[in-house]
Amino acid sequence: MAHFSVFSLVRNALNYHKDWPRQWRSPEPKSHYDVIIVGGGAHGLATAYYLATECGITNVAVLERAWIGGGNSGRNTTIVRSNYLWDESAALYDHSVKLWEGLSQELNYNVMFSQRGLLHLAHSVHDMQEIGRRGSAIHLNGIDSEFVTPEKVKEMVPFINLNCRYPVMGALLQRRGGTALHDAVVWGYARGADAAGVDIIQNCEVTGFKIEDNTVVGVETSRGDIMANKVGVVAAGHSSVMAEMAGFRMPLESFPLQALVSEPLKPLVDNVIMSNGVHAYISQSDKGELVIGASSDAYTSYSQRGGFNVIEDTLQAICELYPVFKRVKMMRQWAGIVDVTVDRSPIITKTPVNNLYFNCGWGTGGFKATPGSGNVFAHSIARGEMHPVAEPFSMFRFHSGALIDEGAAAAVAH
Amino acid sequence: MFVIECPWCGKRDQSEFITHGEAHIARPTNGHEMTDAEWGDYVFFRDNPKGITRERWIHTHGCARWFNVMRHTVTEEIFATYKPTDPKPELPEGSE
Repeated sequence: MAHFSVFSLVRNALNYHKDWPRQWRSPEPKSHYDVIIVGGGAHGLATAYYLATECGITNVAVLERAWIGGGNSGRNTTIVRSNYLWDESAALYDHSVKLWEGLSQELNYNVMFSQRGLLHLAHSVHDMQEIGRRGSAIHLNGIDSEFVTPEKVKEMVPFINLNCRYPVMGALLQRRGGTALHDAVVWGYARGADAAGVDIIQNCEVTGFKIEDNTVVGVETSRGDIMANKVGVVAAGHSSVMAEMAGFRMPLESFPLQALVSEPLKPLVDNVIMSNGVHAYISQSDKGELVIGASSDAYTSYSQRGGFNVIEDTLQAICELYPVFKRVKMMRQWAGIVDVTVDRSPIITKTPVNNLYFNCGWGTGGFKATPGSGNVFAHSIARGEMHPVAEPFSMFRFHSGALIDEGAAAAVAH
Repeated sequence: MFVIECPWCGKRDQSEFITHGEAHIARPTNGHEMTDAEWGDYVFFRDNPKGITRERWIHTHGCARWFNVMRHTVTEEIFATYKPTDPKPELPEGSE
């Protein structure tokens, strides 16, 4: 693996950058692995990376149906935060933010993590009570959050229209929140995992599981059968499809979640600004594009498209809150398929099949959790016992009733 | 975004409707005998198929009545809409 540094950059610049080696190999699948990860998105690659670097398991393959990072990892709005209500969520998401804070150094790859601060606007008495309760809970978990007045919001976001249809009454600010570059996260984990010995196998679709005595022993793929001691499935919107192949159901429904970006503008939006009340959120990428998103579509779908009415609703809210953007042209729109649980918390779990693990249900907000999700999932698979942070997120909480209801913190997609 | 044919009102824009997920899930009548796992399956676990689904919709901004839709979750094609009391329609040729 070529180490990235100022010196290697200068050295390669002298050669017009023609001699950089490939960042990861493209190996043929072996007949057997200790662990197979199904799904080459950011969560799957992070899992493989931590298996190889922290758990001492390097005989690992990541099987990806198409190309790595081509699903929701490349179809999100790159927001990172950990301002959740419940203790279980705080532990998981803040574990993630702490890993984000050192990730570029650890991976020797600039993931462009930018802690630019994240504002949750409140537009009603109900919103104020919600951020009051949640902000206090976040404090008790030792995570940063501040209540800010509309005047302070106006200072931070001078172009906001505080007296819009649903006036801004206050906001919750997490200064450690921000954004990262989604593609860089995928590539950084892929490069790190590959260097540690993980085989990343693209264009390899898993079509079934090989199960003997209720224990998974391998997978059937478009490139032949591959045996494994353990299998971890990180398939996001297609988790229900994978579960059906293994013979059980998941408490999930899959919805399209749309986002869109504008033409590039000069730097204007310094923070990430979210609003559950009017359903829209916005940030500005380092390229200058406004990155905008809102709710998922109302019906289940695997189409990766979504309806135009959702875009219209989203942009109505954006234009009302930020009239300055009324004449900005939107450039691209996309939809990812998100797997949503009823309590809006993820599922990191053992399954009814032995040695088969699932990491799914991240719904509309999985990007922020990438490092933490991969980290605790890797340790759970390696040990055969769930990591203490992952334990409460078992799929069997839907049998016991111990739900982790983050409906309020995640009411708007993000 | 699609046009949905309400079995009572005819073709209308999707924005008049709201869906409430998988149809044909009957509430168990032997609740006192059921385990927590069986209750959990009934309340929370869904087929979530990639392919043809049957789901409940309500014509909220119209007649406010419930009906079922048979729809493909990849192409979004609607094969049938029918009243809750109607028998399940046949799957289209060559599917599933």
